Amino acid sequence: MSVAIVGVGQTPFRRNCGISIRELCFEAFRDALEDINLTPKEIDASVVCSAPEYDKQRSPAGLISEYLGLTPKPTFYAESICSSSSTGVKVGYSFIESGLHDIVAVIGFQKMSEISSAEAQERMGRGADIQWESPFGTMMPAGYAMFAHAHMGKYGTTEEQLAKVKVKSGKYSLLNPLAMFRRAVTLEECLKARVIARPLKMFDCCANADGASCLIMAIKEKAKKITDTPVWVAGIGSASDTLSTTSRTDLTGLTCAIEAGRQAYKMAHMEPKDVDVAEVHDCFTIAEIMAYEDLGFCKPGEGGKLIEESQTYIGGKIPVNVDGGLLSKGHPIGATGGSQIRTIVLQLQGRAGRTQVDSAEVGLVHNIGGIGLYGNVTILRR
Amino acid sequence: MIFVSFGRFGKISYISETKVADFVKYLEEGKIMATRCSRCRRLYFPPRADCPDDLSTDITWEQLSGRCKLVTYTTAHFAPTGFENDLPYTIALAQCEEGVKVYALLSKDIKENEIQIGMTLRLTPLQLPNGRITYELKKP
Repeated sequence: MSVAIVGVGQTPFRRNCGISIRELCFEAFRDALEDINLTPKEIDASVVCSAPEYDKQRSPAGLISEYLGLTPKPTFYAESICSSSSTGVKVGYSFIESGLHDIVAVIGFQKMSEISSAEAQERMGRGADIQWESPFGTMMPAGYAMFAHAHMGKYGTTEEQLAKVKVKSGKYSLLNPLAMFRRAVTLEECLKARVIARPLKMFDCCANADGASCLIMAIKEKAKKITDTPVWVAGIGSASDTLSTTSRTDLTGLTCAIEAGRQAYKMAHMEPKDVDVAEVHDCFTIAEIMAYEDLGFCKPGEGGKLIEESQTYIGGKIPVNVDGGLLSKGHPIGATGGSQIRTIVLQLQGRAGRTQVDSAEVGLVHNIGGIGLYGNVTILRR
Repeated sequence: MIFVSFGRFGKISYISETKVADFVKYLEEGKIMATRCSRCRRLYFPPRADCPDDLSTDITWEQLSGRCKLVTYTTAHFAPTGFENDLPYTIALAQCEEGVKVYALLSKDIKENEIQIGMTLRLTPLQLPNGRITYELKKP
């Protein structure tokens, strides 16, 4: 393995953060450089990641690069909606492996309060195929709700099992000072919450947030000088699926996640059972259950049972989203993948505090853009 | 060629120009049309003018029977801009007997407790106010 993550940073995720996007990115950048032996001048390139429909600033990479003092080093912009910053990691990995750049900063951000609620509501309608699906008034929760009904219909997954994903998220949110919602929720609260898109209710859905994340990636020879605890990129996989629902072959899982996982496991010479701790893209509770299955933590159709048996809690078969996940942290689109990777890096460095999974050697990150449109799976090891 | 605007399709259409705008003209005639690639014979719905399998633009229109089965659905209680007054509404994905899938609203005639995955449905053109037109999924 020749590429490591040597520094990780994140701002708190919150509503109406009250600062500008450049300042958000600076906070995450400073956090990532803390405690490592690296000055900004040694960074060879940056990859800036966000979903531009939520940005006022056009071409934000240049602005962020300037504010972080990285000019005149090259800066690039990577976008795959909710998976933008794990796409940025793949770009950074490729730069380093190819020998183009030795040290790369991947900065993901989103200030979702930058646009008004009305503007956000208008954009939500255009997330689907605008020619053939948006004219029917769809949006993200409706898309995942259709997967939920299909999963319930085929496998007998229940609304209680969906709710149990949020109950776990709530429990761990109390231990994550950077999470937006830090509160435990009961099964009853989840089941009685107002309906968003049946069968998904309020607590089945993540929420918009403002925030930024930053990862510093380095080539092997330099990584060991920068930190005593580099975390290695062991496997990295990416895939896409159709934007249109009508062209999907399966409505009970995300084909892009299955394929990205296959690539990542193959590259890492690992199997699902080798993973000690995972971060999966739980934008909705059903998404976490499908991720268990798509990543091979259980068989197809057994995701509901896995959470029912508490196997994805710390101490279970495979701890998942022990930082509270998107459901509690909030989902500042462009920052999310970087935040997930940060959580796994801290786990593998033994710095996860009260959510530390004992002797975690291998971690996996599953970051999805859209309704299974883009899938990135990254396997890290210490 | 008579110019047909696609802009009348659906409750809100986000585009007006497409090579398959004739779909709207057929819909006015009560027909729901798919396209078939003349070369590889692949059937497309929603219709498309270009076949990526063999890079052909030689397509023909072909009417769907409308007979289909429900694959999955959701009843939305929140809506994007322009759809708020229609809430709640049920978005469905159905599989047509020809093998292609269709994304449409379920007719308001179907009560939420009657909805069953696998139920038989009929895809039917639907006139909307202000000269707009769409299709919906109804009881057979």
